[in-house]
Amino acid sequence: MVIDTRVCVGCSACVYACKSENAVPEGYCRDWVVQETKGNFPNLSMENRSERCQHCENAPCVTYCPTRASHYAEDGTVQINRSLCTGCKACLAACPYDARFVHPDGFADKCSLCHHRIEQGLKTACVSVCPTGSLNLVDFNDPDEEAQKLMAGKVVYRQKEHSGTGPSLFWISASNKPGA
Amino acid sequence: MDHWQNFSRRDFIKISSLFLAGSAAMSGSAGQAFSRLGQSGSGENGDRIVHSFCEHCFWRCGIAAHVRDGKVYKITGSEHHPLSQGKLCPRGTGGIGLLYDPDRLRHPLIRETKGGKQYYRKASWDEATGVVAEKLYGIHEKYGPGAIAMLHHGFGVSFFKQMFSQIGVNKFSKPSFDLCCGPARQASVLTYGYPSGTPEGFDMKNSKYMIFFGTHFGENMHNTAVQEISDGIRRGAKIVVFDPRFSTIAGKAEHWLPIKPGTDIAMMQGLMHVLISENLYDRSFVQQHTVGFGELWDSVRKMTPEKVAEITEIPAEAIRTVAREFAFNAPAALVHSGRRTNWYGDALQRIRAIHILNALVGNFKMPGGVIDYEKFSLKKPPAGHAHPPYERDVYSRYPFFAQDEPSNSIASHEVIQQAISGEIKALMVYGVNLPETMTLGRKTAIEALQKVDFMVAVDVLPAEVTGYADVVLPECTYLERYDALDAGRKYRTPFVALRQPAVEPMYDSKPGNQIAKMITDKWGIHGAFPATVEEGLDKTLRLNGSSLEEIKKTGVIVRPESDLYRKAGQPLNLKTPSGKIELASSLLRKAGFDAVPHYTPQPEAPEGYYRMLTGRKPMLTFGRTANNRFLGDVATAKENEVWVNAETAARHSLKNEEYVHLKNQAGVVSEFPVKVKVTQRIRPDAVFMVHGFGHTAAKMTWAYKRGASHNQLISRTDIDPAIGSVGFQNNFVTFIKEA
Repeated sequence: MVIDTRVCVGCSACVYACKSENAVPEGYCRDWVVQETKGNFPNLSMENRSERCQHCENAPCVTYCPTRASHYAEDGTVQINRSLCTGCKACLAACPYDARFVHPDGFADKCSLCHHRIEQGLKTACVSVCPTGSLNLVDFNDPDEEAQKLMAGKVVYRQKEHSGTGPSLFWISASNKPGA
Repeated sequence: MDHWQNFSRRDFIKISSLFLAGSAAMSGSAGQAFSRLGQSGSGENGDRIVHSFCEHCFWRCGIAAHVRDGKVYKITGSEHHPLSQGKLCPRGTGGIGLLYDPDRLRHPLIRETKGGKQYYRKASWDEATGVVAEKLYGIHEKYGPGAIAMLHHGFGVSFFKQMFSQIGVNKFSKPSFDLCCGPARQASVLTYGYPSGTPEGFDMKNSKYMIFFGTHFGENMHNTAVQEISDGIRRGAKIVVFDPRFSTIAGKAEHWLPIKPGTDIAMMQGLMHVLISENLYDRSFVQQHTVGFGELWDSVRKMTPEKVAEITEIPAEAIRTVAREFAFNAPAALVHSGRRTNWYGDALQRIRAIHILNALVGNFKMPGGVIDYEKFSLKKPPAGHAHPPYERDVYSRYPFFAQDEPSNSIASHEVIQQAISGEIKALMVYGVNLPETMTLGRKTAIEALQKVDFMVAVDVLPAEVTGYADVVLPECTYLERYDALDAGRKYRTPFVALRQPAVEPMYDSKPGNQIAKMITDKWGIHGAFPATVEEGLDKTLRLNGSSLEEIKKTGVIVRPESDLYRKAGQPLNLKTPSGKIELASSLLRKAGFDAVPHYTPQPEAPEGYYRMLTGRKPMLTFGRTANNRFLGDVATAKENEVWVNAETAARHSLKNEEYVHLKNQAGVVSEFPVKVKVTQRIRPDAVFMVHGFGHTAAKMTWAYKRGASHNQLISRTDIDPAIGSVGFQNNFVTFIKEA
């Protein structure tokens, strides 16, 4: 995913769309919004981010899962096999992005990148709903021209890259000047 | 009201002699010729997908309700509807939280008194509508139609208007005019000769420079507007925000200018001064297409950036920069009029000043400027009865109150005052939670509700207002009913949209179209409504080359985009007295008001008090979503906070996330405590709290006691003498720490 924080208004449409699409139980969410303000009055800056599982290339949750419930799917996304999960929470502790929770039914849960929709050729619920077009689904196995264009010439970062997780969410920084 | 003389009283008595005879004829089975529920083919997993439109706010986006096993399990944005384009704000998705709200009104209720104690008892629809018909009839007979008024908010009201028109009642009030968009609507009438609409006529998609005065796009999620602003940002458009608070849209701005609250008109005059004195305005446009330039210049001649800087606390150089950049980017540059435009008693003049700024740079009907969208010209079948002239009567005593909106003939505070004075004896309240609506504050609203002889509430939830009613009629939600066609609005691509039920009405609730028909039938008036709502819709649609079955498939008929831009050399032929854009308004002058806007200072806060500003959270629309558990289930939605600048917080020894009570300048103390948000994002002289929290109705089990009520703390209102809109930002609060 390439997430353009320049346009995100932090409305949480993505959070609610995910909750109803994936029947996420009350009190939990698979994606969430961070509104980060820096500086002091009146010199302030803001970045809004819709955050979720980073579907890492080198995912600590997969490494530390004792039952192989957490695994890489063929498309490179990180998925959870609920029937293998014992709810031991090793993955919760391992994830540097705090992307997981234990479902009330006893298994670890998180963003699946709506694999059930992607299989049908649809976009994820969050990408489909986003009124600002902040969320962009990109197939990094086969990035097209448009994906390149999205990030070209802009300040783009990944979160906690130093941890060696190889996160596959790319963030277009809100600090980009207009017209970048 | 002398219009009553024109109405044939004899006829009416004849009709009334049939009173209640209609009961047997009523409740014809609905829609045999049509499938009762909406249908437009199957979706992703064989679900039924129903295309309709949302009711969580006035934007009324297209939705697709996904139904599985008889239940709506998700709502997505309709790809067919031009205002959603497949996208939705949180509230749109959150419709399921309203539909399946366990606190919904389930049965008609009638107030009873037993042993000196009042209570509600369950009633049948037949009995409840019978009581409403009888009481309204009695008051009508005794005092005339002017003693009955309806306050309304929501698209479903059309059937009740039609019901009342059968007995000559047309005292209707739309509080949203007084509290929200009235000044924008009327300032546009006075300046351009046409009212502004929803969506507002600004070509944000193509704009290079957008100036917002306190307009919280992103926090108020007007779907299409937010989509257009985002397109603009991606294209490199610059945003300027004047706001005492670092709002979300201010976070996207090239310039955020934390203006002193209440000084906006001074700022606008300062910008005009720079545009004119530095010769940056579009001289040929102004000469050809506007009137009143000389008078305008006289009024801003002394408003130099230096003088304006003193008033607004924004540096003179920043004022010059914004004016120059605005002119440089014109005509693809605009100042947006905003949505909730009632701030102080001079709201009309403030929005007029915005339109004057736009006119000075010649952005009228230019790409990226001010535009006037087109309406879908819907052919309608002839009305059931001739519309007598009194149906267009306006009861408001404010000279520039809307004169051309039959659904809005009097200001809500005038209704409240007439209820208190005894002129109005009966009230129907449709979807307006009066005690929590800003009209003159909570105390006055409750006084009015208790004073009238009869009050009937039509609502979905047991909101505060329903507790004051003699009869409560539970309407089903917008997901369970047909309504009138949404065809009265202007947009880029003119459209007609259908509201259709995704599921059958739950409990013993009913759609408004049936409720209104039941009451009308009980008056003995038949034929006011088609036999079924489906039949009426189909008839209208067939006149327009479609049909109900046809429109059900996508929920809309959309016409291609029209040419919105003006051509060089063509006169504008506006419907203003001069036919041109009125920088100085001849109508205002004639009525004894300032023809051009002037800044007047607002009262300052008492020592230790702070001006109370308000707005929204993106997932909430005030009352309509207050009890929505689905929308409430995100940390930032659960309660409102009072935003306090860190310096101010230190002065009052307030800690972040501490709970305090608020007390206003009149000594009113908030019923419930509110969480303090210590922040850099607001000026030290103001606080901010989102409206729509702090509910006192215990039957709204989710909303009850969540946060504090902004409305409760309004003790002072400033009514615009020209249009009667209600400003309420001259209220100030201080903090009472928990013992």
